[in-house]
Amino acid sequence: MSLRIVTQGEEVTAFLSGEIDHHTAKGMREEIDGCAVRQKPLKLVLDFREVSFMDSSGIGLVMGRYRLMQELGGELRVTGVPSHIKKVMRLSGLDKLAVMEESRPRKTTTPPPHRQPSEEVQEALKEEQPSDSMALSKE
Amino acid sequence: MKYQNEMKLRFPSRSANEAFARTAVSAFLAQLDPTVEEISDIRTAVSEAVTNSIVHGYPDCVGMITVEAAIGENGWVVIRVKDKGKGIPDIAKAMEPMYTTCTTGERAGLGFAVMESFTDRLKVRSTVGKGTTVIMEKRIALRDAQKDQ
Repeated sequence: MSLRIVTQGEEVTAFLSGEIDHHTAKGMREEIDGCAVRQKPLKLVLDFREVSFMDSSGIGLVMGRYRLMQELGGELRVTGVPSHIKKVMRLSGLDKLAVMEESRPRKTTTPPPHRQPSEEVQEALKEEQPSDSMALSKE
Repeated sequence: MKYQNEMKLRFPSRSANEAFARTAVSAFLAQLDPTVEEISDIRTAVSEAVTNSIVHGYPDCVGMITVEAAIGENGWVVIRVKDKGKGIPDIAKAMEPMYTTCTTGERAGLGFAVMESFTDRLKVRSTVGKGTTVIMEKRIALRDAQKDQ
C-alpha cells in the first residue's frame, strides 16, 4: 500500500495504490486527513487507478473522507476506479453519492520528438570518426 | 460433502494477517483454475470475515483465528473463518447492511453484505462469550478439462 498526495491550487489528490484493507486503511486515513485539515482544499480527489485490492474497509475510508470534506466545507471526488473494485463500490452505493468520476487522463510529460542533427552536422560527425582502417597506435 | 482437498490456517488476530489470510486461501484455490473475478470475490469475502474477527471478535485483545478451506465436488469450495472471541448477540442485526457497532464512522458496516454478495451461501454461527464461525460456500465454474475428471 502506498499513498502519494499532490496539491494543485485548491485541489488535493490522493493517489492510492496497492491493497486497501482494515490494516492499510488506517495509515492512509491519517495521512490524507492530516493533509486535508492543514490545507482545507475545496476538493479532495481519491484516485484509485493503482489499487489492486479493496474490501469494505476502503468504502469506510471513502465515507470517512466524504464526511470530513463536508465538515471542511469542501467536496470529495473518487476517480479511476478499476473494474475489479467497482463491484464493492456499487454494493456500497457510493456511486449514488454522486462522488464518482470517470478516470481523469493521466498527465504525462512526453519527451520532445527526437531531432535529427542537420546534414552539415552529420557530415562533420562522420569526418571526426576514425575510419576502420586507421589503427590507434602509440607513435 | 466429501472433500478432495483441504487446508487449515491458524494465526493471531493482527490486522497484518488480513492480507496473508486472503492470499493463502486464493493460493490454495488456484488449483481449481478460477477466473479473475472468482478469485477476487473469494479474496474480498475472506478479508471481510477475518477483519470481522479481528475488529469485533477480539476488540481489546489478540486471539487466534482459524481459516479453513476445502474443495468439494463439482467446484464447490467451503471456507470457514472461526474465532473464540466476543460472539455476536444478535446475528440478524449484525448482518443488516450498514449496521455497525463502530463509533468512529470509519467502518461501513458492509462486511456481511460483501460476504453474502460475493459467495453463493453464507452461514453465521455465534455464541456470546464463546466465539463466531462464518461459513461461506462458493461454486467455482469448472473448466472443460476438469469436468472430464
